[in-house]
Amino acid sequence: MTDSKYFTTTKKGEIFELKAELNSDKKEKKKEAVKKVIASMTVGKDVSALFPDVVNCMQTDNLELKKLVYLYLMNYAKSQPDMAIMAVNTFVKDCEDPNPLIRALAVRTMGCIRVDKITEYLCEPLRKCLKDEDPYVRKTAAVCVAKLHDINAQLVEDQGFLDTLKDLISDSNPMVVANAVAALSEIAESHPSSNLLDLNPQSINKLLTALNECTEWGQIFILDCLANYTPKDDREAQSICERVTPRLSHANSAVVLSAVKVLMKFMEMLSKDLDYYGTLLKKLAPPLVTLLSAEPELQYVALRNINLIVQKRPEILKHEMKVFFVKYNDPIYVKLEKLDIMIRLASQANIAQVLAELKEYATEVDVDFVRKAVRAIGRCAIKVEQSAERCVSTLLDLIQTKVNYVVQEAIVVIKDIFRKYPNKYESVIATLCENLDSLDEPEARAAMIWIVGEYAERIDNADELLESFLEGFHDESTQVQLQLLTAIVKLFLKKPTETQELVQQVLSLATQDSDNPDLRDRGYIYWRLLSTDPVAAKEVVLAEKPLISEETDLIEPTLLDELICYIGTLASVYHKPPSAFVEGGRGVVHKSLPPRTASSESAESPETAPAGAPPGEQLDVIPTQGDLLGDLLNLDLGPPVSGPPLATSSVQMGAVDLLGGGLDSLIGAPNFVAPPAAAVPTNLGAPMGSGLSDLFDLTSSVGTLSGSYVAPKAVWLPAMKAKGLEISGTFTRQVGSIAMDLQLTNKALQVMTDFAIQFNRNSFGLAPAAPLQVHAPLSPNQTVEISLPLNTVGSVMKMEPLNNLQVAVKNNIDVFYFSTLYPLHILFVEDGKMDRQMFLATWKDIPNENEAQFQIRDCPLNAEAVSSRLQSSNIFTVAKRNVEGQDMLYQSLKLTNGIWVLAELRIQPGNTSFTLSLKCRAPEVSQHVYQAYETILKN
Amino acid sequence: MIHSLFLINSSGDIFLEKHWKSVVSRSVCDYFFEAQERATEAENVPPVIPTPHHYLLSVYRHKIFFVAVIQTEVPPLFVIEFLHRVVDTFQDYFGVCSEPVIKDNVVVVYEVLEEMLDNGFPLATESNILKELIKPPTILRTVVNTITGSTNVGDQLPTGQLSVVPWRRTGVKYTNNEAYFDVIEEIDAIIDKSGSTITAEIQGVIDACVKLTGMPDLTLSFMNPRLLDDVSFHPCVRFKRWESERILSFIPPDGNFRLLSYHVSAQNLVAIPVYVKHSISFRDSSSLGRFEITVGPKQTMGKTVEGVTVASQMPRGVLNMSLTPSQGTHAFDPVTKMLSWDVGKINPQKLPSLKGTMSLQAGASKPDENPTINLQFKIQQLAISGLKVNRLDMYGEKYKPFKGIKYMTKAGKFQVRT
Repeated sequence: MTDSKYFTTTKKGEIFELKAELNSDKKEKKKEAVKKVIASMTVGKDVSALFPDVVNCMQTDNLELKKLVYLYLMNYAKSQPDMAIMAVNTFVKDCEDPNPLIRALAVRTMGCIRVDKITEYLCEPLRKCLKDEDPYVRKTAAVCVAKLHDINAQLVEDQGFLDTLKDLISDSNPMVVANAVAALSEIAESHPSSNLLDLNPQSINKLLTALNECTEWGQIFILDCLANYTPKDDREAQSICERVTPRLSHANSAVVLSAVKVLMKFMEMLSKDLDYYGTLLKKLAPPLVTLLSAEPELQYVALRNINLIVQKRPEILKHEMKVFFVKYNDPIYVKLEKLDIMIRLASQANIAQVLAELKEYATEVDVDFVRKAVRAIGRCAIKVEQSAERCVSTLLDLIQTKVNYVVQEAIVVIKDIFRKYPNKYESVIATLCENLDSLDEPEARAAMIWIVGEYAERIDNADELLESFLEGFHDESTQVQLQLLTAIVKLFLKKPTETQELVQQVLSLATQDSDNPDLRDRGYIYWRLLSTDPVAAKEVVLAEKPLISEETDLIEPTLLDELICYIGTLASVYHKPPSAFVEGGRGVVHKSLPPRTASSESAESPETAPAGAPPGEQLDVIPTQGDLLGDLLNLDLGPPVSGPPLATSSVQMGAVDLLGGGLDSLIGAPNFVAPPAAAVPTNLGAPMGSGLSDLFDLTSSVGTLSGSYVAPKAVWLPAMKAKGLEISGTFTRQVGSIAMDLQLTNKALQVMTDFAIQFNRNSFGLAPAAPLQVHAPLSPNQTVEISLPLNTVGSVMKMEPLNNLQVAVKNNIDVFYFSTLYPLHILFVEDGKMDRQMFLATWKDIPNENEAQFQIRDCPLNAEAVSSRLQSSNIFTVAKRNVEGQDMLYQSLKLTNGIWVLAELRIQPGNTSFTLSLKCRAPEVSQHVYQAYETILKN
Repeated sequence: MIHSLFLINSSGDIFLEKHWKSVVSRSVCDYFFEAQERATEAENVPPVIPTPHHYLLSVYRHKIFFVAVIQTEVPPLFVIEFLHRVVDTFQDYFGVCSEPVIKDNVVVVYEVLEEMLDNGFPLATESNILKELIKPPTILRTVVNTITGSTNVGDQLPTGQLSVVPWRRTGVKYTNNEAYFDVIEEIDAIIDKSGSTITAEIQGVIDACVKLTGMPDLTLSFMNPRLLDDVSFHPCVRFKRWESERILSFIPPDGNFRLLSYHVSAQNLVAIPVYVKHSISFRDSSSLGRFEITVGPKQTMGKTVEGVTVASQMPRGVLNMSLTPSQGTHAFDPVTKMLSWDVGKINPQKLPSLKGTMSLQAGASKPDENPTINLQFKIQQLAISGLKVNRLDMYGEKYKPFKGIKYMTKAGKFQVRT
């Protein structure tokens, strides 16, 4: 007697049979039939044809049958909207039922029927249920509001459900509070600007009280909501922390992690001298460790978060290294994460243990894991200087195993060790050279070639070794080719006498026989360097390289701070801010850690970052890829540690461009031995290209006569309303002067004369600079175009909306009034470019509350195009920076009344959505500036 | 929140789907299948998989993938915890959680899932509340239902749902009032070649079976509560009381539940109850290797170690093994290269051993990885951390309950490297 019997009828007439059974008089038979229908539905069979028959079974006092029918309804109502209407009556009736279970069930099911027509009928029952005497019904109704909002947001707002929902936060029942918070959070996510969860000390207090009494899931909602609150001072932060810490002992790991998030965030506000601060740090370690004894899936998420936590506050887990040791039957995704954290926690105190473990891992079966373990040894060497020697000897031991992938991986990391500790461990080179033949991966080959080139003077047969690679030059990957080219040039500079032939050979291979522009360009550069000024060549090619540091794999501090605010979320799993991956780019509000209020030194907040860190700071770090200097110094081996491969193709394009530009001057050099003529035209590609784009620039600016974007004329005053006078117009800004371009059309039957215009007082004091001059009377059906110059010295009054302009036009017939909205960019003045320092200072100076963020969607332009287009409308790019593949434009503009607006525009290649953050002392203009951006960029 | 749930078996068939919001096409699982194909073993499928429009979060238990589909930013732990809760509930309802059982009870499964989430928000996940809403199937009830036409859906609002003690229903009545507590500790350890401990920690739980009439209020105190510095409690435990007095004070749920779980970390000294002596050698030239292991008791406080099993994944180069155990049975699977030895009880006077030879692939070089030995064992009447319950008191009710406490130590992930 199991449910599998419901699957057994697979004959042709199945639906027909079911239909008959559903219409049976016998209750029992009906129920069985509905069960069969549900069973078919669960396995994905289409049983929607039975809709009317199933709905007929709905009016029953048998609760199970009712539930089953509801299940069916939820699944199929959307495909049969007309039929679904039939169910409405029963729902409305059920919402009045004396049994709260039935009331709740009805309101729950109603919300799941995603049919527009039905939703309207549901507002009244829902309103009642939100105020139901039974908390079970209320908490169900709270969720229903979220469902309804998903279907029809406008309806929910119009019906005032949001306010009712907000009231439920003060409900006496903690479960209702938790559900109201959950529903509001979900709604707020699709409306980032709306201030739904208005948190203040009172509401926080209510939430904290409910926190102790509601279910585990409710606790998660409440904690996540608390995390968005910014306490007003350190005392409030501490008191919240005190009330949240008991959650760390909860059995549900999601509760624990959400509590950790709240604590990590609010801790930022506490002074480090406080006793409580130390206590809190100690309390955080055990729950994090406990998370690691949970199921592997939970461990994985926990580990990704711990990775962030140890970067932000390494002191929390510094004694817990052992719990991250890998068990051989951990799933691979757990192993890799544990390894990562082990390296982050490695210090002089525990390095011996760590190394012993890593060596153990390097003999495991799983190739990916072994590779990472070998890399980890290299990272330890770079991180903990005292251990470097031991690491190198461990690596040598591993090379002795002769396991192919271990050897290759070891060579790659040894190269990094050389970069970190030059002239220390070169004695091992001989051992490395023995393994030359077994290297078949490009990265390992490139690393080996780099080593040979770098230490050519110590390797007797360096020329032979490199020559052996040269034989199959064209079969090598680009990485190896580039490396080989540089290595041979280095060799030549070090031992010029015996390697002349070799260098000739490689230069011709690179320049003539290769169709890789990157390789060719580098070949030419070297060729010219060598032929013009060997001393300079030596200086460039054999220059002292900056040391690498372990910091390269750390998350950028500003990003880290942002991610700490997202502990426990998907963002923390991907180590990317939500804006980088959240579906649909719903405006995501940037979160930042609260500044420490008690101490004078303000905590690092993301706003201090723009305009780039001073270059001096990065000296000891490997230059980012695509950096021309780095390229010439031949540091393109990639970051010294494992990590996702960077998109090198785009980087190389950048390099081509830079080299191409530099070529011009090189061509002009007097004693230049010309490379084979055939190659020259291809090299001219780059400069020509840029010339071409200049031309394009020209055309684009011709269109607007170096003025800002002008919207097409719109009808402002229809003829109907103005006794036959139709006015359409637009606003322009050209060379510093604003004008209103009007088009007056006489659609009446009589002649119009005596035109005059006047503006009401407005936000920016716009006023006509000259009278409206219509030279001849306007006869019927005649149109005249006038450009009315404007100035901004009129009287000022704040309008709603800000850019509203009320206009009165008079003629011989009557006076007419209309109002129009002007685009804000006509007010952007020509001297709106702020200098960098000033920008940085101002950005920091403007309080964070004044920052507004917007999304500009579907804009297919790249950073350059955006910048030049905005510039023609007087939005100036102050600085440009590339952060993790995203272009950040820092821009400034000034309004006619002297208000500065600072902007940060984030552009991701390949993503047509931009993120615009605006900061201004008068935050009310931000919205309009954003609209101006939209109009300029999209037209 | 949680959008949909797909249950997928190991051969990649979706055998159940449930949607709590709009229907998500099952083609979304293709991304999961891709990941499944890439992973060598089912355990290695990553738990979070991004797709262009959704995120797939999965857990793998009982050879079934439970794949949740989410569309917006939802805490992944929340989803994964919930999925584990779903599995626990199935197990609770049907005894086992397997594909045939789920298929046999598909309607109950569907009803239960519907009660657990509403619009993707958890609704009722406490097993005693669920069981009041949807009665678990029993043979008797099925028979009764067929005869009388009654249903297995409760029509009363579960009483616990909204009270201050949501985990307990009211009006509980027993003739025999009893409360049993099991202190179970699992040792996770890694032991290196030479027999010294690399890391060892104890995961302990106190599971309870409480069948008491009315609204009993219990307190449980320990001889050495200071051992417990890293604990997770059932929601019924009053945290304040624990913080100030180190006493567990609670109104228990009815029936079986986990009162607390604790963790004794690697920093404390953890006693290791068994040792393994091993000598495994692959000789370079000949195609025979020697294999010998002996298991013995170490710090057992005089208790017997029983239920010992040894498992080891041998290197690929091992073709077969011919071994003789001094006790118990052993098996070697030449396909998976898995050696298992069911030892049974350890007699300290006559230590169990397993020795013999391995035949290796001729001509192949010596395997470079050494097998790790995985150990299972049980020790009754001992909590290896030394945790001891002092006393259990009951307030709020008049009768005298029958009380019992049991201790047990087990191997968790106990690994010996060779």
